[in-house]
Amino acid sequence: MPLVKGGKITADTFVPVADDAELPGDGAILISAARFLGDAEALSRRAGKLGVVWPNNRDVDDLVPWLDRLAVVALAFPSFRDGRAYSQARVLRERHGYRGELRATGQVLRDQFVFMLRAGFDAFEVKKESDAEAFAATVKRYSVFYQPTGDGRITALHRRMQLRHSESAGQ
Amino acid sequence: MYAYDELDRTLINERVSEFRDQVKRRLSGELTEDEFKMLRLQNGVYLQLHAYMFRVAIPYGTLSSVQLRRLAHVARKYDRGYGHFTTRQNIQFNWIKLAELPDALADLAEVGIHAMQTSGNNTRNVTSDQWAGVAPGEIEDPRIWSELLRQYTTLHPEFSFLPRKFKFAITASAHDRAAIKVHDIGLRLHKNAEGETGFEVLVGGGLGRTPFIGKTIKPFVHGHDLLSYVEAILRVYNQYGRRDNIYKARIKILVHELGIEKFAKEVEDEWLQMRDSALAIDDAVIEDIRSRFSYPAYEKLPHMPEELKKAAHDPLFERWRKNSVFTHKVQGYSIVTLSLKPVGGPPGDATADQMDAIADLADQYSFGEIRVSHEQNLALPHVAKRDLPALWKALDKIGVATPNINLVSDVIACPGLDYCSLANARSIPIAQELTRRFANHDTANLIGPLHINISGCINACGHHHVGHIGILGVEKNGEEFYQITIGGRADENAEVGTLIGPAVPYGEVADVVEDIVEAYLALRARPDELFIDTVKRLGVEPFRERVYATR
Repeated sequence: MPLVKGGKITADTFVPVADDAELPGDGAILISAARFLGDAEALSRRAGKLGVVWPNNRDVDDLVPWLDRLAVVALAFPSFRDGRAYSQARVLRERHGYRGELRATGQVLRDQFVFMLRAGFDAFEVKKESDAEAFAATVKRYSVFYQPTGDGRITALHRRMQLRHSESAGQ
Repeated sequence: MYAYDELDRTLINERVSEFRDQVKRRLSGELTEDEFKMLRLQNGVYLQLHAYMFRVAIPYGTLSSVQLRRLAHVARKYDRGYGHFTTRQNIQFNWIKLAELPDALADLAEVGIHAMQTSGNNTRNVTSDQWAGVAPGEIEDPRIWSELLRQYTTLHPEFSFLPRKFKFAITASAHDRAAIKVHDIGLRLHKNAEGETGFEVLVGGGLGRTPFIGKTIKPFVHGHDLLSYVEAILRVYNQYGRRDNIYKARIKILVHELGIEKFAKEVEDEWLQMRDSALAIDDAVIEDIRSRFSYPAYEKLPHMPEELKKAAHDPLFERWRKNSVFTHKVQGYSIVTLSLKPVGGPPGDATADQMDAIADLADQYSFGEIRVSHEQNLALPHVAKRDLPALWKALDKIGVATPNINLVSDVIACPGLDYCSLANARSIPIAQELTRRFANHDTANLIGPLHINISGCINACGHHHVGHIGILGVEKNGEEFYQITIGGRADENAEVGTLIGPAVPYGEVADVVEDIVEAYLALRARPDELFIDTVKRLGVEPFRERVYATR
């Protein structure tokens, strides 16, 4: 699946490692939540960048003590209909201040890009090549947003207030 | 009326353009039907028995005459010349072509109408009291808060893929016309002991397969905290709502399984961590929304104008006035309900010509404003009393002056097996038959207020659980049968009705309803004891006896 990062299709430098496979001595790896939590202390001291694939039915609070040692948190969309990872993303970004890569993985389609970006994702393992290619155009589709989220975009409510103030200042 | 500005219009247009692209990708095969399904549902497009069905939002039930005319245009140009007003302040078109849907949406967008989130597993169209802003004694116009919620819930980046659909309703009156107790979140605007305005928040109400009356999760949430509190509820639901079983995925099941205290604690914990976030609303924001609602420049008019005194000599006018005209908060004005339940007609249907004519009458007599009720009727909210006689004649001419509001033939019904792919039984012909049986106004008036609700399947779009008499279509060995409940209600004292006995075949439903009504007439303590109160006092047994003694 193509990886979109920084708005462009990018080579994935992280190697997924299965739970029963041996870990490479160094290099960037992506492992499961279960494997990570099994020996979090040692794994987070390992040479090479570390990423964790977090299931969408597990409380992200368990991950919080380790956030500053993780280079990637990958949240799963087992189906594009299942929106639990949107909540996890916002909690990680907005409540726990996670600043590393937040990757959407699983059934990721172009029609979710705007929602995902707004929830705090900045990397996308996209299911279809054509969707990945359409990323830049798709995310520009909306210019008005009604809800405040951690992405810092100003809401329509506050934009109106600003417009009103600048109008009254100009009078 | 609320005026959409450039920002709202831009968003709606961006949505139309996105949907146009999605339809194109579906038609080219780039999107599978499974992928497209969720996207079309989020734009109000269902695949029904015969064709695509298109559901358009009428947020909090308020329409301008310009918007109603545009709905008529869509009915005429893209459909078969009529539309169906539903129990959730939406209008549905039944015969629309997929390839033409983006054009229909673009036509609607020009007048600030959209179909965003009228279906799908997201927050749905926010509904409210159809008398909002004109009801005597309401705390304040609940549409200001409804509009705040409309904006907040539209294309929410966290809650567009919930476990199941999610419905809000809001009222600011003591008498609940918005059925808030049978919604996922019900909001009742009221004043606390300190005189501050805020919301009682109810959660977990709903009908369908497992009906529940909503429970109070918090007696008072200040307006400043409304969005953060709602977000906390939705986040808890998004995380913990069941996704393994579609029938157990609504928030009512989560609330029921956890218990309201435990659920409330989860929400409180979540809320306390975010109540001071960007979701906190200050008074300036509320005032800004309030300032974009315009209200009519009412005249100072006499309570009883000459025109009304004169018309009172006409018994037909008086009959209509007593049934369909309601008290307005401003002296000299009335709220007029237009019945979309003519004798022998499908409840809630209006033709394009009727819609155009009603739009013209709204311009002439109601400051260009129309309301849509969950009872599937329309209303003109600001009619000067002196205009009532002329308005009545005009409404009668187009067939929307049947004086049966709240009476036994003001039937609520879903489209049933005639249109809906989910239905097990017909609803419309039963409703039509009941309007014929109770066509005599004197009889209906003698019976008094009595709500009949019909659903063609367990999904309960006709809200049968909360009908004073509820009729639910079921299928047995390939035949249509109907379960009958009594004692349900959807107001501030909402209750789920009780089944009176075994289901009856299609051909007997109207007879059974007549039996129930006759039993009530014989059993009521006084002529002014309502059907619903007689059932409350006596229980179902005497009704069961009357219906099944001879069957």
